[in-house]
Amino acid sequence: MDLQDALRAVFTFDNYAELLPLVRNSLLAGAVLGLLGGLIGVFVMMRDLAFAVHGIAELSFAGAAFALLVGANVVAGSLVGSVLAALVLGLMGIRARDRNSIIGVVMPFGLGLGILFLSLYEGRAANKFGLLTGQIVSVDDVQLNLLVGSAVVVIVALAAVWRPLTFASADADLAEARGVPVRGLSVLFMVLLGVAVALSIQVVGALLVLSLLITPAAAALRITAAPGRVVLLSVAFACISVVGGILLALGGRIPISPYVTTISFAIYLICRAIGARRGGAVSATRTPRASVTTPAA
Amino acid sequence: MKDTHDSPTHRKPLRMTSTIPGQAPTPTGAPVRPAIRLRGASLSFGSRTLWEDLDLDVMPGEFLAVLGPNGSGKTSLLKVLLGLQALDAGTAAIDGRPVARGSRALGYIPQQKSFPPDTPLRARDLVGLGVDGHRWGLRLRTRDYTRRVEALLEDVGAQSYADTPVGLLSGGEQQRLRAAQALATDPAVLLCDEPLLSLDLHHQQAVSGLIDRQCHEKNSAVVFVTHEINPVIDYVDRVLYLADGRFRVGTPAEVMTSEVLSDLYGSPVEVLESNGRIIVVGLPDAPTHHHEGV
Repeated sequence: MDLQDALRAVFTFDNYAELLPLVRNSLLAGAVLGLLGGLIGVFVMMRDLAFAVHGIAELSFAGAAFALLVGANVVAGSLVGSVLAALVLGLMGIRARDRNSIIGVVMPFGLGLGILFLSLYEGRAANKFGLLTGQIVSVDDVQLNLLVGSAVVVIVALAAVWRPLTFASADADLAEARGVPVRGLSVLFMVLLGVAVALSIQVVGALLVLSLLITPAAAALRITAAPGRVVLLSVAFACISVVGGILLALGGRIPISPYVTTISFAIYLICRAIGARRGGAVSATRTPRASVTTPAA
Repeated sequence: MKDTHDSPTHRKPLRMTSTIPGQAPTPTGAPVRPAIRLRGASLSFGSRTLWEDLDLDVMPGEFLAVLGPNGSGKTSLLKVLLGLQALDAGTAAIDGRPVARGSRALGYIPQQKSFPPDTPLRARDLVGLGVDGHRWGLRLRTRDYTRRVEALLEDVGAQSYADTPVGLLSGGEQQRLRAAQALATDPAVLLCDEPLLSLDLHHQQAVSGLIDRQCHEKNSAVVFVTHEINPVIDYVDRVLYLADGRFRVGTPAEVMTSEVLSDLYGSPVEVLESNGRIIVVGLPDAPTHHHEGV
C-alpha cells in the first residue's frame, strides 16, 4: 500500500450522504458518551485516578472478552468486569500509593485473562479487535438503549452527589469533618467510573479509554480553574472528539479510535498552548507548589 | 493530678440572651451548656497512654490552647472531637450531643497542606465548599450563596485573590481560605490543628486574629492545637497541657509555670516571661517515637 492508498483508507468521503443516516445510532451514543466522559473526567483528574481508569479498562476488556467467548452480551460483560474492578479498587485502595500498586498488580492479570478468552474465541476477528480499539460504528437499537440508559443513570447519580463529591475530592479531611460520607462517596464514585469505563470502551476500546475520560478534562484544566467552565469545556471537548471521530471515520475502513484520540489530543495541545501563554503572566507572581501531604493521616 | 474544668479564674463569657445565631438554641434562663464536654476520657495506643481520665468542659466563647510535645495526643484529641477516633473510656460530647463522625456544628482548620496546581477550584469555590459543600445535588440557587461567599472572602481579606486558582496560592493565602471555609457555617465549635504552621508572621497574625474574633465575638468554642503558645497568647483563655500521659488544665498563668511543667515532664523545666511572651527552657527531647500523626 502506498501513501495515497493509506490516505484514502484514512479519509474517504464517498457516498457520505448515504452513509450518514446509517450511523445515526452511533452518533447519538457517541454524544451521550462524550457528555459522560467529559463530566466524570473532571473528578478523575481531581481524585488523581488516571491510572485507575486504565486498570479498570483492562478488567473490563477481560469481562467483554469472556462475554464474547460464551456468546453473552458484550456490553454487559464489559460492565461486569469494570464494576467489579472498580469496587475492588474502591474498597481496598484508600491511599493513592496503595491504590497504584494494587492497580499495577491487577491490570496485567486482567489483560492476560482477556487475551486468553480472545484466543479461545473462534468468531470474527473484527469482534476481537474491536474490544481493544473500539467498534461503535455498528451500534444497533438494543445496544444503543443499553448504552444511553446506563450513561443517563451515571450522569444522574453524578449530579446527585456533585457538591459533596467535589468537597471530598478537593479536601477529604475537611469534608469528613463536615459530615460528608467521604468513604461511601469514594466507593460510589468508583462504581460510576467503572460503568463509564465500560461504556467508553464501546467507543474507543480498552486501550484508548483515557482519551475519553482524561484528555478532555485535562485539556479544560489547562485553560481555566472555574469549576463550571471546566465542566462545560471538558464535556464539549469530549463530545467534539467522539462525534467528530465518528464522522471522520465514516467512509474509511479504519476503527474510529485513531480519529477520536487524535482530535482529543489536538484539543489538549491547543489548550496547553493557550494555558502556557496565559500562565506566563500568572506564574510570574505566583509559583505553583507541589502538593504536600501532612504527616497527620 | 486531675485538674477539672471551670477554674474560677478563667474568663467565661456567660450569655444572657436565649439564642445565639448559628448555634443550637438554649432554653431561656438555662445555664449555658458547654460546647465541648469530655468525661473520664482516656486514649492509648498499644501500651502507651496518651491521656487518661480527662474531664474537660469548653464553654461557648472560650479559647482553649492544647499544648504538649509531639506524640502527646494533641491531634488525637481533635480526632476524638471530630468523631474519627474512638475513646478507650469515657465520653465526649459536642454541643450536648455525643460526638459523631463529622458534624455541621464543627468547623475544622487542618494543618497547612497545599493543593495540587491543577485543582479546578478558585479561592471563592473553596470557600463555597464550606458554605454548602455538604449538601447533595447541584447548586441551583446562587444568590444567597454568592453573597455569603463574598462576605467570607472579605472577612479573611482574600478578595484580591478570589478568582485565583487555589493551586497557585501561597500557603498563607490557602490557610486564610481554610479559615473562611471553617467559619462559613458559624460553627459552635472550631477545631484548629496547628493552623499557623509554616505561615509567616503576617499570615499568622491574620489567621489567629480571625479565630479569636470567631471565638470571642461570635461565641464559638475554640480548641487550638499548637506547639507554640506565643502567637495566640493574647487570645487564650485556658491551656490544656499534655505530656507523658498526664495533663494539666488551667489559665496560662496557672499552667505555664516552671513548677507545673517540671512536674508534668518529670524533669526541671524553666518558664520565663518576657514582654508578654512565654519562653520554656529545658524541655526534654521529644520522644524518640515520633507520633505527630497520632
